[in-house]
Amino acid sequence: MIAFAALLERLVFTPGRNTKRALLRRYFATQPDPDRGFGLAAVTGELTFKSAKPALIRELAAARTDPDLFALSYDFVGDLAETVALMWPSMATNRAPPDMAEVIETLNAADKAELPGIVAGWLDASDPSVRFALLKLITGGLRVGVSARLAKVALAEMSGGRVTADDVEEVWHGLAPPYASLFAWLEDRAPRPDPADAPVFRPPMLAHPLEHADFAALDPAALRAEWKWDGIRVQLVATGGGQRLYSRGSEDISGGFPEIIRAMDFHAVLDGELLVVRDGQVAPFADLQQRLNRKSVGAKLMQQHPVAVRLYDILFDGAEDLRTLPFDARRARLEAWYARQRPARMDLSDMIRFETLEDLAALRDGARAASIEGLMLKRGDAPYLPGRPRGLWWKWKRDPLSIDAVLMYAQRGHGKRSSFYSDYTFGLWRSGADGRDELVPIGKAYSGFTDEELTLLDRWIRNNTVARFGPVREVEKAFVLEVAFDAAQRSPRHKSGVALRFPRIARLRQDKPAAEADRLETLMRVVEGQAAPRTCRGAGRTDSPS
Amino acid sequence: MPHPETWLKSTPSGLFCEPGGFHVDPLRAVERAVITHGHSDHARPGHRSVLATRETLAIMRTRMGEAAAGANQQSLGFGEVLRIGEVDVWLQPAGHVLGSAQVAMEWRGSRIVVSGDYKRARDPTTPGFVPIACDVFVTEATFALPVFRHPKAEAEIGRLLDSVALFPERTHVVGCYSLGKCQRLIMLLREAGWDRPIYLHGAHQALCQTYEELGVKLGALRPATVAGKADLAGAIVLAPPSAIADRWARRLAEPVVCAASGWMRVRQRAKQGGVELPLVISDHADWDELNATLDEVAAPEVWVTHGAEEALIHAAGLRGIRGRALRLLGYGDEDAEA
Repeated sequence: MIAFAALLERLVFTPGRNTKRALLRRYFATQPDPDRGFGLAAVTGELTFKSAKPALIRELAAARTDPDLFALSYDFVGDLAETVALMWPSMATNRAPPDMAEVIETLNAADKAELPGIVAGWLDASDPSVRFALLKLITGGLRVGVSARLAKVALAEMSGGRVTADDVEEVWHGLAPPYASLFAWLEDRAPRPDPADAPVFRPPMLAHPLEHADFAALDPAALRAEWKWDGIRVQLVATGGGQRLYSRGSEDISGGFPEIIRAMDFHAVLDGELLVVRDGQVAPFADLQQRLNRKSVGAKLMQQHPVAVRLYDILFDGAEDLRTLPFDARRARLEAWYARQRPARMDLSDMIRFETLEDLAALRDGARAASIEGLMLKRGDAPYLPGRPRGLWWKWKRDPLSIDAVLMYAQRGHGKRSSFYSDYTFGLWRSGADGRDELVPIGKAYSGFTDEELTLLDRWIRNNTVARFGPVREVEKAFVLEVAFDAAQRSPRHKSGVALRFPRIARLRQDKPAAEADRLETLMRVVEGQAAPRTCRGAGRTDSPS
Repeated sequence: MPHPETWLKSTPSGLFCEPGGFHVDPLRAVERAVITHGHSDHARPGHRSVLATRETLAIMRTRMGEAAAGANQQSLGFGEVLRIGEVDVWLQPAGHVLGSAQVAMEWRGSRIVVSGDYKRARDPTTPGFVPIACDVFVTEATFALPVFRHPKAEAEIGRLLDSVALFPERTHVVGCYSLGKCQRLIMLLREAGWDRPIYLHGAHQALCQTYEELGVKLGALRPATVAGKADLAGAIVLAPPSAIADRWARRLAEPVVCAASGWMRVRQRAKQGGVELPLVISDHADWDELNATLDEVAAPEVWVTHGAEEALIHAAGLRGIRGRALRLLGYGDEDAEA
């Protein structure tokens, strides 16, 4: 547990991906089985315990600490587990801190009534750092900012290049903590673990943004086109071993979408887009967002936000791996499979007919629905390859919308950008209660600018600060930013009533007086659909994130 | 025996000893001042006469110049008793920074000890705290919450060196206060076997020089400002907390931002400051040290100058010690110094 606590301590504070990877790799390479396997499960969020809950921690604190001192301390620290970890009055003990395996196995097996005594004993034997790790493990909120993918990249590095992160991905969901067979494979002591019939995730094929330079080299006859829908990419895996719905990042999201799982009454691995669809109409992304990040879902939400999958591709038909077939052949297999199965809550992505690239450009510009992000172009002869191979798939997003907003607040970035004010909150004008114009914040952006622009903004912010709130600076309302975004959606959670999709800084408009920045009404017209997209004006740059 | 409240008074200028006619760590310029240590919230410029340890006077001269450090400067060694007015005054080590002292005062059989800032943990740059039995103990309370239990500074230095070994191509820049913490870190690094040059921000150089002159040997030190990026790869750089995550740090090689302070115990504090490797190293007493000290000096009454007095007074009350909050505004301003 000591090594895991030390790892956690570093990960919590480390912003950099490479640094996190190095810390994880060292932990996996130096810790014994089964501890490292449980550590891996903890950082990838694979551990949950039935009977150990935050209430247990409160109970322990109440039994061991003075209530006034606890209240003063909790007030200062602001986090329950951290407060208890720091102020725990240890009783003398000869016991060593528990190891990872002991903690996990005990928490899995122990009776609810026994837990307080067991946990108190562990806390007595541990230092604050181990106590913190223990309590966070129990409450299930590690929040170390490590994605499952990052952990797999670190695991792959352990193998010295024999195994890739994608290789790990393909066996991952067939394994369970403490992953002894996985480590044995990575250390070349055993063959690749065989997932057999388990519904494992396959690394998806991803597209590159279409750049201007790519355009001339495209051969329209070799290309296939589909709409790029604004939902989330998913993989549907149904085998004899079960049904799973995975996000693009290999997260198992089955629990949040039971209606999809119920519809997966087949043996296949499919690639598609998860969307909220009402009466055949795809709803904006904000509707789908209501359904995301949930472990389970209620009947009302399922009814009000009904989901469906638009199928793009087929990877496996039964046990047959189709990934080496060209796209055209896979599409034929997908259509045949779909005609045979007729699964509920699924339909096929349309193949768009076109002759020339000009046809495509016109289609892309004409796409009005907020639920369409643009076009996908795929070579008809491309196999299904994991990752983002060059020259096979492209995403060709619509030109973004843009507005001129006023910089209101700035916050420093992380890692390399920690000395720069690089997170910007911006707002638009509207009539205030007293009839005078006021600015209302509409979003935050932290990308899109060049290094020179960042330096300029950073200097301007430091010289024009009017107030500070912790790490946030409020600035003079005098700097206009042209903000590009992909869509605007109504949002009751935001003060302005509107939320932007992928806002980023398109241009610095120091030439423009703040009073001439856009008004909230202009943006609301986009939301209402009174204005077609892009009436605000197409933005200068199209290097959109995604 | 007169009650201490009748002869040591809390005034807007700070604690004033009436029968001695002097202030202790006054908050504004006064006629006669006794100074516990050189931090700028305790040692302020412009007093006419200043009494302090030889080291504190030297530190004051470095920080504020000869003239501002007091028109008359008088040094007093630890344990030497000096009669000021009707009061016997002597100094004992407080263990906070080099030269730091507790001020003990006795008048008509009544004894008060003003501890200034202090700690009980070992510090290779300064003699350790000496408890003095007294009737009233005047204490700080910077870390007077049970969540503050400082780990061993040596172990924290171990964590720093472990990180340097793991990321040998990066610069480890440690935010630390220029008086006391900086030199303590250097000495702890030397004890841990780090004999390479340590790089300093410009703000840290003068006081390191003063420490050297006062006999604290710090080893090879170099200015970070003139060093090239390549020299700083794998190096340890000490800088003021305000510089570590700001523009100054851009000159460093992919810096790992560290900070050495008692406040680093609380995660949110570290995260807010953009600190990647928080080192819990403090020059102030932690919760256990504060309470142990109250028990050792066995004063029936404790006055708390500044900090989280509520918790300390509550805990003292549970043991039958009467607590009183002085709420002296102006101490603890050097937040980063903790």
